[in-house]
Amino acid sequence: MALGKQQAIEVGTTTSQRERRKQLVLLLSRVWAWVFLGILIVFFIVSVPIVSEGSVTFLTVRNSQNILVAITPVLLLGLGQTFVIIAGGIDLSVGWMMSLASVISALVIRETFNVGQPLLAAVIIGFVATVVGTGFVGFLNGTIIARLKVPAFIVTLGSSFIVRGVAFLLTDNTTVIGLPPGLRDYGNNALIYLIRGEGGGVYFLNSPDVTGDLLRNMDRVLPYPVVLTVIVVAIAMFLLKKTQFGRHTYAIGGNLEAALRAGIPVDRHIISLYMLSAVTAGIAGFLSTLRFTAGSAVIGDPLLLSSIAAVIIGGVSLFGGAGSVMGTVIGALLIAVLTTGLVMLNVLPFWQFIVVGVVVILAVLIDQARDLIIGRFESE
Amino acid sequence: MITTTSQAEARQQKREPVLSIRQLVKRFGGLTAVNKVDMDVYPGEVVGLVGDNAAGKSTLIKCVSGVYHPEDGEIYFQGRRVNFARPIDARNAGIETIYQDLALAGNLNVSANIFMGREAKKRHLGGLIHTLDERYMLDESKQVLDTLEIRFPSYTEQIEKLSGGQRQAVAIARAVYWQARLMIMDEPTNNLGVVEQRKVLELIHKLKEQDVPVILISHTLPDVFAVTDRIVVLHRGRKVTEKSTSETDSQEIVQYMVGALDDSAEIRTA
Repeated sequence: MALGKQQAIEVGTTTSQRERRKQLVLLLSRVWAWVFLGILIVFFIVSVPIVSEGSVTFLTVRNSQNILVAITPVLLLGLGQTFVIIAGGIDLSVGWMMSLASVISALVIRETFNVGQPLLAAVIIGFVATVVGTGFVGFLNGTIIARLKVPAFIVTLGSSFIVRGVAFLLTDNTTVIGLPPGLRDYGNNALIYLIRGEGGGVYFLNSPDVTGDLLRNMDRVLPYPVVLTVIVVAIAMFLLKKTQFGRHTYAIGGNLEAALRAGIPVDRHIISLYMLSAVTAGIAGFLSTLRFTAGSAVIGDPLLLSSIAAVIIGGVSLFGGAGSVMGTVIGALLIAVLTTGLVMLNVLPFWQFIVVGVVVILAVLIDQARDLIIGRFESE
Repeated sequence: MITTTSQAEARQQKREPVLSIRQLVKRFGGLTAVNKVDMDVYPGEVVGLVGDNAAGKSTLIKCVSGVYHPEDGEIYFQGRRVNFARPIDARNAGIETIYQDLALAGNLNVSANIFMGREAKKRHLGGLIHTLDERYMLDESKQVLDTLEIRFPSYTEQIEKLSGGQRQAVAIARAVYWQARLMIMDEPTNNLGVVEQRKVLELIHKLKEQDVPVILISHTLPDVFAVTDRIVVLHRGRKVTEKSTSETDSQEIVQYMVGALDDSAEIRTA
């Protein structure tokens, strides 16, 4: 009797230990990307000055802003993709969609400005045209996927070719140039300007009129494209976590049949997801036009796979049903930190691809290992 | 028509049947899956629908829930003739079918599943923005689960982490919350452990207390005898008998299921 009691207590302890270990594994699998990002940053902070013999440091205001500017297009492409993949789909058209958007916005801004509209009006009309144009293509994508039941992979693969062709046709295979010169400010000005050293200071909204050393020591903090991206990220987070739209996105990805039976307008929802994805890619293209004062039909293509990589590193399941906006932000940040840091270490840029590839596979392996370990805990 | 004592009792109480099926026929090509079946379900009644494989149980049920469209015969629900074009129409009318796959989203939590497709929302900025009212949904979910005496360790965990019986309970709670007028349960105790099976049967009792009639399709005769008031036996698409559960036993029911006994044949020959 006494022995039995003893055993019962021991069983109790191991169960709680196992439970604690299970929680630890869960926690680690959830925050590994953060941890990895932190390790990377520390690694670069230490290694960059050593390699450059003290002439370059990693963690500067300027470098942090460069990283932010670098991730905006990848992040924007990844945001819409996050919604689409959570609902169990995929959008392969976002890369060329960004290109098309860059071309459309450049042409519309140029022509609107040339007929005598003020620059601000031209920019706004260019933005609206981009959103409407990409939104329309997204509508077609979604309609064919939802109503005609063609797999998303096929539809968006096909439409990415079509969009690519249209972008090249619109530009006649050249870069769209001759944009109003003031456009550069929209794409490059910042909320805050910091001038280090003597005669320096902090300026808001307007670029201080300085030259020479002062200009060299000036950092742009929160450039407009970053501000716009932050706003889009905030909206996406709100949409996914707080609204019925987000809930339905998870429900469709979790169990399509259940969503249908629950009366969720699944077809309509899927269409709006592909529109959302197209429009966030469109905003990325619009911002690239402002930043480079030119429209380019090739700007988005190399970013498609990076954006999907960011989404996967961020923990979105390609089987649908799981993922978050914050995860995608971390994924994009991780790739950008990695890329920037390796460049500062004077590593050949091709190594970036190899490292990003390893991290993508690692991300999915960690997910699987988590399920395996937890499964083992539960079967014990 | 076969009249049983329990039907007679129900009529004495002057209660109209919730569901009336009259001379229902469903064919698939040359095969008559359901052949002139009559069936009534009264308020607060648990009716067992049993039969061998291919007896027509599922086909009959799918005609009621709007999945199939019968060739002939009538279905009356709450006194009105119905003809559901789609399953969602049957559901909106109050006929809730709980299939084996449960129609739950495993990646969502308990209350998100109970409110799936009918989420409660809060209005902001004069109705410009709507957000999910998680608190309300959670409170309401807890309440309905309480009335069914279902308890979970956590209401915020994804339901794929719950056991099969617990998920079954969520599906039942959802139907109860949305005021199902008739619950159809297709093999609800399949793939469940013994304790969980008992829990589901208890839930069926609870539904009865809430006056929600249940049609229970099951192969497991002990379960059927444990919870039903009446048993309808189908054999090759025909209703071969209808017995008050208290007036029969599983041996007799098995005889009907395999076709050794057939009341309808007696009536025809009489």
